[in-house]
Amino acid sequence: MKKLLDRIRENVTKTQVWKSIFRHGYPDTDANRALVMFSNVILHLHPVRIRRGALKIKFTWCLGGLTFFFFVLLAITGVFLMFYYVPDTRRAYNDIKDLGSVIYFGSLFRALHRWSAHAMVFSVWMHMTRVFLTGSYKPPREFNWVVGVILLVTTLVLSWTGYLLPWDQLALWAVTVGSKMAEASPLLGNAGPFGAELGMSVNNDIAFVLLGGTVVGQSALLRFYVLHCLGLPLITALFIAVHFWRIRKDGFSGPL
Amino acid sequence: MADKESRPIAVVSKSGNSGGLADLIKRTAAEKIGPEDTVLVWPNLVYIEFISMLAITTLLLALAFFSPAPLEELASADTTPNPTKAPWYFLGLQELLVYFDPWLAGVVLPTMIIIGLVLIPYIDPNPLGKGYYTFSERKFAVTGFIFGLGLWYVLILIGVEFRGLDWSWYWPWDDPHIHKPAGAVKLVDMEVIFQNALGLSETPIVTVGRYAITLANILTWALFIGYFVVGITIPFLFMRKFYNRLGFVRYNLTMFLLLAMLGVPLKIYLRLLANIKYVLVTPWFKI
Repeated sequence: MKKLLDRIRENVTKTQVWKSIFRHGYPDTDANRALVMFSNVILHLHPVRIRRGALKIKFTWCLGGLTFFFFVLLAITGVFLMFYYVPDTRRAYNDIKDLGSVIYFGSLFRALHRWSAHAMVFSVWMHMTRVFLTGSYKPPREFNWVVGVILLVTTLVLSWTGYLLPWDQLALWAVTVGSKMAEASPLLGNAGPFGAELGMSVNNDIAFVLLGGTVVGQSALLRFYVLHCLGLPLITALFIAVHFWRIRKDGFSGPL
Repeated sequence: MADKESRPIAVVSKSGNSGGLADLIKRTAAEKIGPEDTVLVWPNLVYIEFISMLAITTLLLALAFFSPAPLEELASADTTPNPTKAPWYFLGLQELLVYFDPWLAGVVLPTMIIIGLVLIPYIDPNPLGKGYYTFSERKFAVTGFIFGLGLWYVLILIGVEFRGLDWSWYWPWDDPHIHKPAGAVKLVDMEVIFQNALGLSETPIVTVGRYAITLANILTWALFIGYFVVGITIPFLFMRKFYNRLGFVRYNLTMFLLLAMLGVPLKIYLRLLANIKYVLVTPWFKI
């Protein structure tokens, strides 16, 4: 049986179709293991070789990789959820209830989405802590740390904008708390220090820009939906690309 | 012009561009990133990544199965839930709202946290500790960071576990449905304490628009600015080596951020122990 499978594999992997897709053999020879890092778009994130010490799990605890994995999972589950959700205050809540009851796997995908979101926020903090404790932000890696902080902020804002979308009490009031804080911004908010002096009112201050209105209503829901599903993921993806690029260029800071 | 054009620029890669793959493989095999040995990423690193992805997916699926995503009642602008809690990662800021005005707790402090984080690589001159865990070689940095992180987590913990109706303090054994009596504690401003303790008059020394500046008010300004001035000057005088290592700009940034960070629990203590609400009052902002 094994010989039959081997023969099938031999024949298939030597066809033109196969070779046009995978320009390398299975990575069980050193040559192929090097080749696969060059020809595979996902794997080309990696170098061909790394220091043995860099494999130590107790150095990184896989936190950065996990954060990226959660991001990808959130994107996939998010797309699924987007098929069944409309950001209209009159039906958003019912859409979420449908996901929990009538849609096949809806409950699973929503739960996965929520848990990945919490996990991503948590692992981003842990990753930052790890990078600090191993001094992996010291020269020449300073700017990558800055990119990381930007990613931390986008992660938190992504999580917060997503919080509003179910349009339940928790969502509405959690976002109201946040927008009240925005209103209290110095200079930019109508209720903050020097805001009134600069002509800020409920109709033109930073909270109004955020919500598209004076209350957390339909405009806010649409804005948060667009930010959450499109704007912020694009920005995050851009900074993730810079982040990974910098790691490859500066090299892994790991132990010898 | 002609001079530059006639001079050819020699850029020839050593391996050429064809048949280079075999060269490349040989090169990468021989590539020394240092004196240590290197291993191939496939399979060594890729397997670790794959297994950790499987493990985490299993964990997430188990969590998703046993604890589905919650959904409360439909949003209603008429009914405010009590208590209204932000998501857990923002509860630290919401807890700060007890001790600081919204513009401070919600805008200024988070901005300073982010700016402080961004500045860390640029104000840290210590070359040690790169690429390995150590405490003894970077005591100041690690202590400062862990303190800030710990403060953040403690605030989140309080917001999650110990705050209930009306944002009052609820021990785990308290009944979460019974309202706590409204604070019998009366809060005073630092200014008033100065006035009473030193017997200062309430008539302002000078009035600028809406701002009636009393002597007590000037004293609170002096205290607030003095906290930073004294805090920045003391290590300069008594820990000159520290100052010299950092240089003027880095030193001032570091000390300012450190003092601001320490000021947060300090103000919390002043509030809890001495019932002080504001340490500095102006018509436009109160700290």
